[in-house]
Amino acid sequence: MNAVLTVTGLTKRFHLSARQQRLEGTRSREKIAVNDLSFEVDRGEIFGLLGPNGAGKTTTLRMLATLIRPDAGDARIDGASIVTQPEAVRAKIGFLTSELKLEEFFTPRYLYDFFAALHHVEPAVCAARREAIFARFGIHEFAETKVSNLSTGMKQKASLAISLVHDPDIVIFDEPTNGLDVLTARTVTDYLQELRAQGKTIIVSTHIFSLVEKVCDRVGVIVDGRMTACGPLAEVCAGKSLEDRFFDLYAEAVGGTA
Amino acid sequence: MNTNRNIWTIMKKELSRFFGDRRIVISTILLPGLLIYIMYSFMGNALAKNYGTDEDAPFHIAAVALPATIEVLLPDEAFTVERINREEVEAGKEAVRAHDLDALIVFPANFDAAVALMGMADSTPQVEIYYNASDSESLSAYAALTELLDGYEASLANVFDVNAPGTDYNLASDRDATGFVFSSMLPMLLMIFLFSGCMSVAPEAIAGEKERGTLATILVTPTRRGELAIGKILAVSIVALLSAASSTAGTLLSLPKLMGGVDESMSAAYYTAGDYAALAAVIFSTALLLVALISVISAYAKTIKEAQTTVSALMVVVMIIAVTSMFGSGAKTQLAYYCIPLYNSVQMMVGIFSFASLPAAFGVTVAVNLVLAALAAYALTRMFSSERVMFRR
Repeated sequence: MNAVLTVTGLTKRFHLSARQQRLEGTRSREKIAVNDLSFEVDRGEIFGLLGPNGAGKTTTLRMLATLIRPDAGDARIDGASIVTQPEAVRAKIGFLTSELKLEEFFTPRYLYDFFAALHHVEPAVCAARREAIFARFGIHEFAETKVSNLSTGMKQKASLAISLVHDPDIVIFDEPTNGLDVLTARTVTDYLQELRAQGKTIIVSTHIFSLVEKVCDRVGVIVDGRMTACGPLAEVCAGKSLEDRFFDLYAEAVGGTA
Repeated sequence: MNTNRNIWTIMKKELSRFFGDRRIVISTILLPGLLIYIMYSFMGNALAKNYGTDEDAPFHIAAVALPATIEVLLPDEAFTVERINREEVEAGKEAVRAHDLDALIVFPANFDAAVALMGMADSTPQVEIYYNASDSESLSAYAALTELLDGYEASLANVFDVNAPGTDYNLASDRDATGFVFSSMLPMLLMIFLFSGCMSVAPEAIAGEKERGTLATILVTPTRRGELAIGKILAVSIVALLSAASSTAGTLLSLPKLMGGVDESMSAAYYTAGDYAALAAVIFSTALLLVALISVISAYAKTIKEAQTTVSALMVVVMIIAVTSMFGSGAKTQLAYYCIPLYNSVQMMVGIFSFASLPAAFGVTVAVNLVLAALAAYALTRMFSSERVMFRR
């Protein structure tokens, strides 16, 4: 094992307002979004975090990206703690989520250079990387177009390029193909495999079984904030299709049938 | 080193955002000054038109029984006098009502003889002046005739004179006059313009980015929250200062028109380089404080709209504080007043404009502003780290 990410007892609770309590149908003033989550991700693999909406996938990835702090537990990314060394963690990872948007006023080229500067990438290195990744995704065609005038697919390609501006070894993608047309989604999944071939470690959250089956080496199934299964894809599936196995795990976790 | 580089990168991005968008530049920096200049100039012209008089044209008046002693006092270039009979008084009044005459003056018969008795007669001679208060020319004619007759009456019993003509009895220097006018108006205007400038850009830079999800994109870079906060506050302060400078320039350029002409006794040249440097320090530290406060409010707000609504309440407070500069006699001398945020800036500006600023007060004001701005920047840093604030729904 050559774990580059070690998650230990990660827990996150959210305070519920009276309105949220009504919506959730609970009297509890807090909701445990992520409950004592532990798993490891090896260097150079694609790890899939699979779960239904509201399972705690995004909260987990936000904690790993140091956007929010865990209430308990920790995670070490390439040796850096998300609790005590958030800046070091952010320097090591690339994070892409549909919630993070590009400023619509600027062009992909401007934003690429801006984020490169924030990551302290030398201008010459930045220019070389920009040239390569813009060519890979065909961004040159709209590099000088304001983000506000780009299609969803173009924005996602630009976001992807920008999230890798500092050439991180660990890349975290939250629902990377959500809302994309089939062509752009294919480009993204192909690129995940390219990144693995380059030796990068990739953590992908998704609720799309085919994406996990296609690209992931290992998978963690998360339901109600708890890890219900984690391991190599074949091991987790236990001879069933991933979809069937997921619904078994889901039923076991929530009690009853899915 | 990296901290300065990150702050500069954030500042450059913010300034590119503002200056790269012509609409923002026009609406935030050019339009305020231009609109104030046009509005105040228009107001000045309108006031002059409504309440001013045509100084070249003589007043057209009618007179009944105009005595020779008074006639000689009415210069031809100032009055065109139409003599009418006592039977035509009603027609004369009607002409004043219809704005055909500026005034009608009715003397009693034998006015000179009655005046010559110097009050020993049974009754005092009554002079009647009819005018139309809705007509500025008529009002001026009435004032001129009243002054002329008062002067004539005073000359009959010339026991003593007060302030004989030919001597300037006002001992205020031009410098003092400048200080009085500037210190009563400019601190209020500067504070309001400064706040307006901050208000027009800070909510967009913080709440706008938060609302659109672009702030979180920066939060996942290794940039420290404090660097992000300082970079944004400095960039927004620069834009706010430019906006305030535009409004101030518009006001200063239109002031002569608003005040009915250029008063040559007033000049900004009475202020020294040191005064301007002190003013710049006070204004800049105030801008930093205001931007930091508005940024904190904006960071807490879910949307730009919510931020602007909350900031509007703060504007009322700032306006009340700013208006205090128009009352009171000069700047406060007790240092404790300069510990009160925003009020200290107003008082300091009053002191600078009235040539009565205290060095210690200046130090306290700038220090208080900078310390509070730093505290607000720290609060903003904490807010950028708080998921309850940044991902508030």
